[in-house]
Amino acid sequence: MNYLSPMFGLLFQEVSNSRISMAIDGVKHPDLSKFLVIAAILFIIGVAGVLTRRNLLVIFMSIELILNAANLNFIAFSRYLQDSGTGNPMAGQIFTVFIIVVAAAEAAIGLGIVIALYRNRETIWIDEIDLMKW
Amino acid sequence: MYKYIWLVPLLPLAGAAINGIFGRWFRFPEKLIGGVAVGTVALSFLISLAAVYSYGFSGNSLWPNPYVSTQTAFTWIRGGAVKQTLGYAQPGQSTTISVANQPVTVTSPRGSLLDIEWSYQLDPLSSIFMLIVTGVGLCIFVFATGYMHDDPGFYRFFAYMGLFMFSMLVLVMGSNFVMMFVGWEGVGLCSYLLIGYYFNRQEAANASRKAFITNRIGDFGFILAIFGIIATFGTAQYTSVISQAAGYPMESLGHWGLMSWIALGLMIGACGKSAQFPLHVWLPDAMAGPTPVSALIHAATMVTAGLYMLTRTNVIFQHSRTMMLVVAVIGAFTAIFAATIGITQNDIKKVLAYSTVSQLGFMFLACGVGAFVIGIFHVMTHAFFKALMFLGAGSVIHGMHHEQDMRRMGGLKKYMKYTYWTFLAGWLAICGIIPFSGFWSKDEILWRTASTNHIPMGWLLWIVGTIAATCTAFYMTRLMAMTFWGRYRGDDGQEAHGDDHAPGKHEKHPHVPHESPKSMWVPLVVLAILATVGGLVGISTAFTGGREIHSRLNIVHWLTPVIWNSTTKSFHVDEPLSAAEEAKIAETPHPSELGILPQEKASGFNLAHAVEQQVHSETLTEWIFIIISLLVAGIGIGLGYLFYIKDTRLADVWAARLAPLYRASYHKYWIDEFYGLAVTRRTMDLARAVFQFDSKVVDGAVNGAARVTHLSSTVTGETDKYFVDGLVNAIADFVVRLMSPIVRAAQTGLTQNYALVMVIGLLLAVAFYLVKAL
Repeated sequence: MNYLSPMFGLLFQEVSNSRISMAIDGVKHPDLSKFLVIAAILFIIGVAGVLTRRNLLVIFMSIELILNAANLNFIAFSRYLQDSGTGNPMAGQIFTVFIIVVAAAEAAIGLGIVIALYRNRETIWIDEIDLMKW
Repeated sequence: MYKYIWLVPLLPLAGAAINGIFGRWFRFPEKLIGGVAVGTVALSFLISLAAVYSYGFSGNSLWPNPYVSTQTAFTWIRGGAVKQTLGYAQPGQSTTISVANQPVTVTSPRGSLLDIEWSYQLDPLSSIFMLIVTGVGLCIFVFATGYMHDDPGFYRFFAYMGLFMFSMLVLVMGSNFVMMFVGWEGVGLCSYLLIGYYFNRQEAANASRKAFITNRIGDFGFILAIFGIIATFGTAQYTSVISQAAGYPMESLGHWGLMSWIALGLMIGACGKSAQFPLHVWLPDAMAGPTPVSALIHAATMVTAGLYMLTRTNVIFQHSRTMMLVVAVIGAFTAIFAATIGITQNDIKKVLAYSTVSQLGFMFLACGVGAFVIGIFHVMTHAFFKALMFLGAGSVIHGMHHEQDMRRMGGLKKYMKYTYWTFLAGWLAICGIIPFSGFWSKDEILWRTASTNHIPMGWLLWIVGTIAATCTAFYMTRLMAMTFWGRYRGDDGQEAHGDDHAPGKHEKHPHVPHESPKSMWVPLVVLAILATVGGLVGISTAFTGGREIHSRLNIVHWLTPVIWNSTTKSFHVDEPLSAAEEAKIAETPHPSELGILPQEKASGFNLAHAVEQQVHSETLTEWIFIIISLLVAGIGIGLGYLFYIKDTRLADVWAARLAPLYRASYHKYWIDEFYGLAVTRRTMDLARAVFQFDSKVVDGAVNGAARVTHLSSTVTGETDKYFVDGLVNAIADFVVRLMSPIVRAAQTGLTQNYALVMVIGLLLAVAFYLVKAL
């Protein structure tokens, strides 16, 4: 993902006199907070989708957003740790791979459930699925 | 040899332990059990023999002084300082007393140290008992190996017998009263175990309990006397007690001083153990045990323990004229009482049992008239001839296939030669025919009774004793006639039934008596020899021309150091007093100074003195009495011959003529019935009353408490159920009714609602974290 960093640097970094050198520096050592902000935005979008959308498939997609927000966080911290030279930078990347695998499995099972649900109730609108009420 | 005497009691104990513990586990054969039992007793006997020899006859003889085994002794009970609550000893007071011609200083501070030693004492008295117990015991052990042959409890029998030997030897060899008591109880226990040896027979079990309980009454008196002795003298050691007691003032007739009370307790104990009149009832019943037991325990050794105790404490008894009279009267009464019962009994062992009671009465009579030595002499001769007769009876019972009724015997002379001839020696001895052993001792008892100075009314006791001796000769002749002489009556019962198959039956059940095996008749022969010649150690002075025999082989001389002389107030060996000793006697404080009545001579008619005044010769007087005693023995035997040999119908005729007397004698004067009514029933009534009290009052209280508890628990239970539970339920119901509409609303069933709650929760958590971080 390193090739994306200059783009983020150009987007968010303030332009100054020593613009070029700082831009190069920013590409080499991207600012952590920017990634976190993007991840937070992604997360909020995901949560909002889960809470407000009634279509199960959309909710699924929103969950994917939440997961990817977490992935982005992991990667960002991994790079941060690599720069600062403390801790193990590989941990975050391995976790990301795990999460991608888990998300794939989750999507497979979840879509299966959606199909089974649709076959039984002929709907994927979540407010019509209220069997858990007492 | 002195230092090995501790082995004497220990060896039979070891034998008993081996037989009792391993005999069952490893299923010892009879030969091994018998070998262990007989071997240990034989070894004990040999050690006793060697010890007595070195004590009395060897170069380093200690003779008149007692030997106490201090080397192997240990302090058994550390009593510490005791306070003498009785007695005259003042703090720091010392008295010098002559013990066996040696002046001995005795310090008896009030409040002495009471340490009871486990040590053995060898002195003239205990040496005689050691030899009797181990020697006669050895004969009986050998006999028992034959008699108990094929008995399933063979090992048990010899374990008990060994234990008995140990207890008896502790009794006679102990050096203090507490050890005597240990032995005393030990022999009582073994007696109980052995009487009840055939415990599956009801009568044996009853007899053993009866013996034990009756002995308990005597033991109670004995233990009180021991307490009295310790409270008075501050010690239980014989040597100290005896030398202190010698310094006490005499107590005259009717005066109940300290010595009299102690002597009374001792006498009660002796009565129980030696089966004297009020407590004699257990001994005849004790015949339910095996015959060797009757011979060893109930004739030769245990029942003479009372005599041993009386002689051991003779100094205490001699201080109390009252108790001397009591001893003599009880002895004489028991002698004639038991002899008359013996006349009518039909069980061969019952006759011998009553004979034993009667002979023990003679011994007590001897002690009562002050002739303790002669009492011990009679113990010895009686051990010989009565053990012989019991073993003979055992042999007869064995030969008759366990028939004890004399009416079914008769004519056994030709079937059992050894038994007959040895029994004959015993019969002559007990009848008092010269020169058999019984003559010497019994005649001497009667002579001393007639000539006693210790108590009044000696002549009356002499008449009673003479009649008892006649009865003895009569019933023993009856026993001989019914058992050995005349016609064999063992078949009578079968013939009377008119059995058609009589000839065949005889082949199947050969009821012909047979002679016993060698292991049984050899002891009989040994005892017969002793019963014949054993009396010569106490030969009467009449036969020696009135000379005292100063040989230690003479039992009278041998025992002198043990017996206190109430005239010279010392334990003098019979030698004339020196002038210094005379002065010492005069110096001792007169009893009246201590506020005690002075000693008085027995007054009244003295038969021997009266005769002596007529014939003017002591020896001649003694001869007259010897002839009288031989005469009464002859009369007894003659009457027996007349009744049971010459004309056998005479016995029935006279029984009918004297029916009330006959019935009284046959039913043993209803003593058992009287005790049953007066004591046993009353005890049972009391027990029943106590049981009623227990079941009604005590159990009632317990049950009442239970009922109250039950009631209160019911009440609390109901309260809990209806009130407390009701309250709890009501509150719970109220809360549920109040809260459920509100809480129910939270459960929408919509997944997104729940997700929203999760998110809110997450936000709250984060908010909380952030606020805290700030």
